[in-house]
Amino acid sequence: MNLWVVLAINSITLGGLLFLLSAGFSLIFGLMKIPNLTHGSFFMLGAYLATSLIAHGFDFWTAAIVSGLLVAALGGLVERLILRRLVGAELAQVLVTLGLSFMIADVCLMVWTGDPIRIATPSALRGVTSVIGFGFPTYRLAISLIAVVFAVALWALLDRTRLGAMIRAGVDDPAMARVVGIRVSRLFTVVFCLGAWLAGFAGVIGGPILSVYPGLDQEMLPLALVVVILGGSGSLIGSLVGSFVVGFLYNFGQAMFPELAYVVLFLPMLVVLVVRPQGLFGRQTA
Amino acid sequence: MKRIVLVGALLILATVPLWAGGPYYVNISSQILLYAIFALGVNVLAGYAGLVSLGHAGLFGVAAYAGARIMNDGHGHVVVITGALVLTLLAAAVFAVLALRGTGLGFVMITVALGQIVWGVAYRWISITNGDNGIAIRGRPSPLGLSLTSPSSFYWATLIVFLLAVTSMAVFVASPFGASLRGTRDQPRRMNALGYHVWMIRFLAFLFSGFWSGVAGLLYLYYNQFVSPQAVALTASAEALLMVIAGGTATLLGPIAGAALVVIVKNVASAHIERWNFVLGAIFVVIVVFMPEGLVPGTVRRWRRAMAALRPRATAAG
Repeated sequence: MNLWVVLAINSITLGGLLFLLSAGFSLIFGLMKIPNLTHGSFFMLGAYLATSLIAHGFDFWTAAIVSGLLVAALGGLVERLILRRLVGAELAQVLVTLGLSFMIADVCLMVWTGDPIRIATPSALRGVTSVIGFGFPTYRLAISLIAVVFAVALWALLDRTRLGAMIRAGVDDPAMARVVGIRVSRLFTVVFCLGAWLAGFAGVIGGPILSVYPGLDQEMLPLALVVVILGGSGSLIGSLVGSFVVGFLYNFGQAMFPELAYVVLFLPMLVVLVVRPQGLFGRQTA
Repeated sequence: MKRIVLVGALLILATVPLWAGGPYYVNISSQILLYAIFALGVNVLAGYAGLVSLGHAGLFGVAAYAGARIMNDGHGHVVVITGALVLTLLAAAVFAVLALRGTGLGFVMITVALGQIVWGVAYRWISITNGDNGIAIRGRPSPLGLSLTSPSSFYWATLIVFLLAVTSMAVFVASPFGASLRGTRDQPRRMNALGYHVWMIRFLAFLFSGFWSGVAGLLYLYYNQFVSPQAVALTASAEALLMVIAGGTATLLGPIAGAALVVIVKNVASAHIERWNFVLGAIFVVIVVFMPEGLVPGTVRRWRRAMAALRPRATAAG
């Protein structure tokens, strides 16, 4: 098959994964003003938990959902027990989440050792599907589809439900949202758990492609950061567009300038920062 | 009183190789001083400017890599040192222009991204940086014909640089520029209204901070005679920030105490347990949650409170 088509497919797949990862990151950042540096760790932890669940006989999708839930529970604990004590102290929150990410990475290293673990592709999605004359790996198509489904679901949640309206109010003006009776602090927990769940889930479904290894967290976190800086924090469409841009840049950059893949990845971010610091879809803040 | 303490501290610092009991401890002292210089540099931004950088290991690394490259091209130490520091300042200027597009969290995220770029270059651009294998250099410089190969002589050289750094920090903090930088941290809009060029003040502070980070990076290169991407990783930036926060931001002694704490814990912990990163993370969390102002100011506050609590009891007893 044509090299470019393969690259494009890989880019779309990575973009889909990044969307799942960064949508949560962006929501947390937009609502709580916390740059959650444990987000990469949630991704990695989700994948590791799923390898253990699968080894205990769970099937792939159950493992994905359950390990997402476990990660979400951990996220809830972190938010309630630690971040809650540090409201308003942004620097402290950055440091705590960074410290936690070191701890999670080390625990993962201790429990699952340093060897990369591959999650087997679910049997129904092995093989190749042919679309308009090209054969595509079915699993990669499935990831793209999942990302689209989640994008629509998240959009519906944010735009069409009462909870979504409350979250949007919290993003726009937390003080006023409190005044009209929205329990912003409970929203924080909900959004943090949701973001953690998405990250953990993304880690699992990324497993068959990326496999799980120590350092995966530090590899995914900057990608999520770039997506959010590119797209603008708190914006769902920004995360979506940013994810696919980063997905393409990363894969094509690695194929064309293997030594400079990282630079290729970050350059557009720098351009966006200079031209439009709030991100492509971010709103100007006072 | 203050002067006696100062002279005493200087005497203790200067005589470390004589009483430390072995080259191992002298080397650890050199590491403490080296990282203290780095932490002091980071503190200029994190403490006095209120701009938290998680990308300073990038500048540290630019100096170390530039030094290693220039030296392996066969140049002398004068060229190596000036070349590396000039390149670091250039990198700091680029970092500053980009990172100062944001303040607060935006600044943090941009510095993370910039630091990761430098890491990516160090790790992947193999023809320049030799990738994961790193670059080794041939030896330490010998200024004025004095060899720095022994642990003690290297310690003394580092001490001289360290004292220069501390002096420059003291001068900077007391200077009008230091005051205006603190002004831009606390009240940027008022400073602007008063006619201060807030951006330029922050930019110059970034250069100052980058300069000392670069000096520390060069010392690191000379100390290890080797540099690899590990020196540039996010963990390294985080460690530097931990030193500043642990010791106490916006104080002169804080980053030094923090550097001593981190280097000692790191060496002691890594000798006994494998899980150094876990300990580092745990220290981070504990300090931020329980002693957010840092060890030095936190201890001072507790000490004062304890003294104040003791005093009335003492009079009642007497």
